Amino acid sequence: MEIDYRIYEHPIIRFKRGRRVRFYFEGRVVEAYEGESVLAALYAIGVRVFTWSKKLGRPRGAFCMIGKCSSCFAVVDGVPNRRICIEPVREGIRVERQRGLAEIPRVEDVEPVETVNIETDLLVVGGGPAGLKAALTAADQGMDVVLVDSHYRLGGQLVKQTHKFFGSKEYFGGKRGFQVAEELSKKVLEHPRIRVYRSSEAYGFFDNKVVGVAVKYPKPLNLVVKADAVIASTGAMEKGLLFENNDLPGVMGAGGAQTLMNEYGVRPGDKALVVGAGNVGLIVAYQLLQAGVKVEALVEIMPRIGGWFVHAAKLRRYGVPILTRHTIVKAIGENRVEAAVITRVDENYRPIGGSEKKLDVDLVLISIGLTPDTRFFSQAGAVLKWIPELGGFTPIRTRYLETSIENIYVAGDASGIEEATTAFIEGEIAALSAAIKLGYGSKEAVERREKLLSYLWDEYRLSPVVSRARAGKLKATVSEEEMMLIRGKKFGGV
Amino acid sequence: MGFRETGVIKVGELERLGLMPSRERLKKGPVVIAECPEEIPCNICVDACPFKAISMDKIYGIPRIDWDKCIGCGVCVAYCPGLALFVVDLSKYGDKAYVTLPHEFYPPPRKNMTVKLLSRDGRVLGAGRVVKVWSYNNTWVVTVEVPKEYAMEVRGIWVEE
Ligand code: SF4
Ligand code: SF4
Ligand code: FES
Repeated sequence: MEIDYRIYEHPIIRFKRGRRVRFYFEGRVVEAYEGESVLAALYAIGVRVFTWSKKLGRPRGAFCMIGKCSSCFAVVDGVPNRRICIEPVREGIRVERQRGLAEIPRVEDVEPVETVNIETDLLVVGGGPAGLKAALTAADQGMDVVLVDSHYRLGGQLVKQTHKFFGSKEYFGGKRGFQVAEELSKKVLEHPRIRVYRSSEAYGFFDNKVVGVAVKYPKPLNLVVKADAVIASTGAMEKGLLFENNDLPGVMGAGGAQTLMNEYGVRPGDKALVVGAGNVGLIVAYQLLQAGVKVEALVEIMPRIGGWFVHAAKLRRYGVPILTRHTIVKAIGENRVEAAVITRVDENYRPIGGSEKKLDVDLVLISIGLTPDTRFFSQAGAVLKWIPELGGFTPIRTRYLETSIENIYVAGDASGIEEATTAFIEGEIAALSAAIKLGYGSKEAVERREKLLSYLWDEYRLSPVVSRARAGKLKATVSEEEMMLIRGKKFGGV
Repeated sequence: MGFRETGVIKVGELERLGLMPSRERLKKGPVVIAECPEEIPCNICVDACPFKAISMDKIYGIPRIDWDKCIGCGVCVAYCPGLALFVVDLSKYGDKAYVTLPHEFYPPPRKNMTVKLLSRDGRVLGAGRVVKVWSYNNTWVVTVEVPKEYAMEVRGIWVEE
C-alpha cells in the first residue's frame, strides 16, 4: 500500500481537501490536494529530508512549517530558495531539493517582474490575529488598508489552533482558533476598503516611506506600497535547542508539527517526544493525541510545569508522562529520528550520569519558547531591545504601540510573545492609534482605545500566570517624551 | 509534589482551594466541580452557566460556584476551554455514581457503550457504561456510570476503536 500520512478522521477538524492536483518531485509524479503546501504533500507520502546542509551535507527536515526558517529551501520551476512549506501545490510544477547553496539564476534567464506602485492609508504586514484585527479596525475607521501576508492562507497561527480560546467572549473566548481565523479572514477579504495580497513578502522599508513587497502568486509582482502608516504584526518564530543531532529530520518545532497536523491534516509521525512543558508544548502534545500520534513523554528541564495546569491535566488524563527536571541529550537515527535519549538533571540543570533513558520515537518536538520575528523592524531601523520575558529582541514602543520610527506600529507576538487574545487587542489598539494620529479616529475611537488599554494592562495582564509577559511588556514600553528623545538621537530628527 | 509539578490535582488540594462542594450537597444531586486552581485569564464558564451559578471577582479569578444554584446540568462542561469542569452525581441509591466529563477524541462515544475509565493520571480504573452523550462545538459531553468509590477519581474515558 502507498504511504499516506493524511488524517481522515479527527475529533475536531473536518479536513476539506480541494481537488486533486499532480506535480513533479524530482521526476516522480506526486498526487496532492489543492490547498496543501508542497512540503505537506511530500510529507504525507513519507518524504522527510528536504535539503542538505551547505558544508557537511547533513540531511535537514521540516522545522517551522510557516516560512520562517531555511530547512525547506527547494527549487520550484527553476527558481531556487523557495520555501516549500508555504508554496501551494499547483498542477504541473516541478520541485527539486537543493544540496547546500543553490545557484542563483542569471538575470538573462529569468522573466522580469513588473513593478507596481500603490498608495494606501495603512499597510498591515502579517495577517495573523493582530494583523486581521488591525486591518478590520482601521478599515472601519474609514482608512484604506493594504494587508500582505507571506502565506497563501490568512489567519497566521490561528489556523492551527484547535483548542477553544480562553479569555472572555468579546475576544473570541470559547471559539477554536481556526474558527476565528475563518471568521476574521472572511470579513477582511470581503471588506471594500481592504486590499489583500497573499503569498507576499514585505522585504523592506525604504526612504522612510515605502515598503517593498514581493508578490509571488497569482502573478509575480514587485509591489511598492506608499503608506501613511504601517502596522507590522509579523509574529514569532520557534527557538531551537542545542543537543546532539538536533538537525536530524524529525526534530521539529512543536508549532511546525501543529501546522502539519491541524492545517494540512498530515500526521507528523507515529511516536513523539515533546521537549518543553510550556503552554505550547502541552497544547501540541494533546493535539498530537487527537491526531493519533502516541506521545511517549514531555520533558521539562525546570522543576515545575511551565504552562497552565488545565493544559497539563488534560494530557495527564490520557497517561502522558510529564517529566520535570528532565531534558533531551540526543536524537539518534540515520536520515530521520529513530530514537531519543533523555536524562534527569540536577539543581544546576546538569545531566545526572546514569539516568539516561532511550525512547523509541520518530518525532522530537521542540517547544522551549518563541522569539518575536523582528526582521522587518531591524531592516527598517527601529530601535529594538533585548527582553528575555518577551522571548528576545522586540521594538520599543509607546503605549499606543508606535515604534521609534514614526507611524510604524507593532502588534501581536512581534511585540513580545503573549497569546492570541492579547494579539487581537494589540492589533485593535495599533489600528485605532494610527487612525487617531492620521485624523480618522473619532471621539469614540479615542474612548475605545482607552478602554482596551485599561482592560489589557489593568485586568487581563494582571493574572499571575501572565505576570512575566506583563513585566516584559512594561520594559518595552516608553513614554511619548522618551520616544521623542530616542527618535531625535537615533535618527537625527527624522 | 503539588499539581504544578505533576499536572494532577488531589481532592485534598481542591478542598483547600474551596473548589469542593460539601458532602451533603454531593449527596443531594448532580453538581459541578471546577478543577481550575490557577488564576488564569478566563471567564468562559461564568457566561456559559444558564443558572448564573458561577462567578468570578475578576477576569483571572478562580471560578466560584454557588452549589445551591448549580443543578449539575453540564452546560459549562462543554464550554470550558480548559476541559476542567466535571459534574459528579452521588445521589443515586446503590453502588453507582455518575460523572459527566468532556471528551475530544475519535471515535465518538455513544450511549450504552462500555468505555475505559481513566483517572487524573491516566490509570485505567475499570470500565463504565455511557448513559448520556451530547456535543457542542466538537467537544463531547459524556456521562458515565462509575463505581461510587471512583466518583472523585474518574476524569477521562477512552473509547476503543
Ligand atoms: S453544571 Fe449547569 S448549573 Fe452547574 S455550573 Fe455548570 S452550567 Fe451552571
Ligand atoms: S471556563 Fe474552564 S478554564 Fe475558564 S475559568 Fe472556567 S473552569 Fe477555568
Ligand atoms: S521555512 Fe519551511 S520549514 Fe521553516
